[in-house]
Amino acid sequence: MSQENKLLTVSASPHRRTEDTTGGIMIDVVIALMPALVLSVVLFGLRSLLVTAVSVIACVVLEYICRKVMKRNNTLGDFSAVVTGILLAFNLPSTMPLWMVVIGDAVAIVVVKQFFGGIGQNFVNPALVGRIVLMTSFPTYINNFAEPFAWRQPEVDAITSATPLAQFAGNYSQQGVITAMNSSQMPTLTEMFFGIYGGCLGETCAAALILGGVYLCIRKVISPRIPLYYLGTVALIMLIAGRGNLQFVLYQLLSGGLMLGAIFMATDYTTSPIKTKGKIIFAVGCGIITSLIRIYGSLPEGVSFSIILMNILVPHIETITTPRPFGAVREKKVKEEAAK
Amino acid sequence: MAKQKSLKEEFTKGIVKENPVLRLVLGTCPTLATTTSMESAIGMGISAAIVLVCSNIVISALRKVIPQKVRIPCYIVVIASFVTIVQLLVKAFVPSLDQQLGVYLPLIVVNCIILGRAEAFAGKNGIVASAVDGLGMGIGFTCALIVISAIRELLGAGSLLGHGILPFPAMTIFILAPGGFFVFGLVMACANKLAEAGGGKKAELGGCKACPMASSCEKLAKGEDCEKEKEAVK
Repeated sequence: MSQENKLLTVSASPHRRTEDTTGGIMIDVVIALMPALVLSVVLFGLRSLLVTAVSVIACVVLEYICRKVMKRNNTLGDFSAVVTGILLAFNLPSTMPLWMVVIGDAVAIVVVKQFFGGIGQNFVNPALVGRIVLMTSFPTYINNFAEPFAWRQPEVDAITSATPLAQFAGNYSQQGVITAMNSSQMPTLTEMFFGIYGGCLGETCAAALILGGVYLCIRKVISPRIPLYYLGTVALIMLIAGRGNLQFVLYQLLSGGLMLGAIFMATDYTTSPIKTKGKIIFAVGCGIITSLIRIYGSLPEGVSFSIILMNILVPHIETITTPRPFGAVREKKVKEEAAK
Repeated sequence: MAKQKSLKEEFTKGIVKENPVLRLVLGTCPTLATTTSMESAIGMGISAAIVLVCSNIVISALRKVIPQKVRIPCYIVVIASFVTIVQLLVKAFVPSLDQQLGVYLPLIVVNCIILGRAEAFAGKNGIVASAVDGLGMGIGFTCALIVISAIRELLGAGSLLGHGILPFPAMTIFILAPGGFFVFGLVMACANKLAEAGGGKKAELGGCKACPMASSCEKLAKGEDCEKEKEAVK
């Protein structure tokens, strides 16, 4: 090519691109999840690391096989399968049999993600569907929570403990709430904050999850709107349900998968709205459904169902929050004027 | 009908190529509801097949007597009589099956497959051809139910025909509704692949010809397409 031709080369916009890549963002999410994983190993022993590792490896292998069989390009480089693997493992107890973990991964990666076209195409959060399928299929296994630090006493086979939410479940009357909070099995709020109670392996330690969330916000991977509005809605509803009992509100915010769900699951790019207004509607909806399931539902915890339900509504939220271009007239007005 | 098919073709088309559940997507409600165990699926399939064959024969025999305008009520009266007979027989001789199937046994009356065959085939063809068509469709329906229920019962309850054989805990979700839809979809995909490999028509969605009202649609007869009109309105 001569010098003349080079000068005349014109390319279409964009001319400057951001340095962010899908792979880079996903690695940031993995880094943000690490504190919770480390604490989970401290609390529930090496078994939780094993569950997470198996889940990640299964997700990556299944994604590779799926893309190969469907004759599509390889997408392992974006690390999204790794994130799905870690998130699903975080939603399972450390006592979960490993083959069940692999089944959950298969549902998440093959059915929810690849059947719908791979990354960016799934209409609900893959890890959450994996958890819900496992929850409806093996309810006894998924509620088999290990007692923190039980791994230090190998002579004790398996100690299971009731989660704080299970103690509140079905008893949200004023008297019931106070009895549950004063019961000897209920951990103190400090213990709750650092995750020293029974639960899924990655969801218990609020401190580590918040640390990860702050990291993601600083790196601008997620905007803090969804987590804050989600937690805020739950807090508000629980404040009313608990007749102004602040301690009860804190217990509700720190227990179950709320922190994990609000910070890492509800903020998933593919399944959450793009616009600010949409994000707020989405997060408030998640908060309302979570609180309603906790107070009135037959299940003690509702985070996974609430996020999935709001995921399904996202396309409609996007439609109603589409901003009007400057100077454009609303369709309704045009019709009304035409009628006149 | 333009092309005359041999009796053998009339019989075999119902099994894979025009399988009522998997290819024509009729009767999905009983399919999803009764395939939670193989026992009830077989019971449902055989009951529906008997009703289908009998109603096809009678409707075909009466096709010249039944006035065109009131044909659907007439078909339903015929089908309902046979359903009542089958229901009373099941109640008398296999009461356990009657309890398992519950409301789905009387609901065979409104099963789309039976009404569909009466409308599409028995009302236009001879008695022998209609009987063979009913038998083929009935066997196709039963086979589809057995395949779906075998997968669902094995994975969801760890058993086949009530005998537990899985050594590890089964996934309960397969005998719940979501698992039913999931297995149904996968089996349907396999049937489409099989039928296409055997030279069948590719399954297509949409278009005016796929509409249930296609045979009585005036617009379609004139060559107009209501789907295109809808798009133009938008």
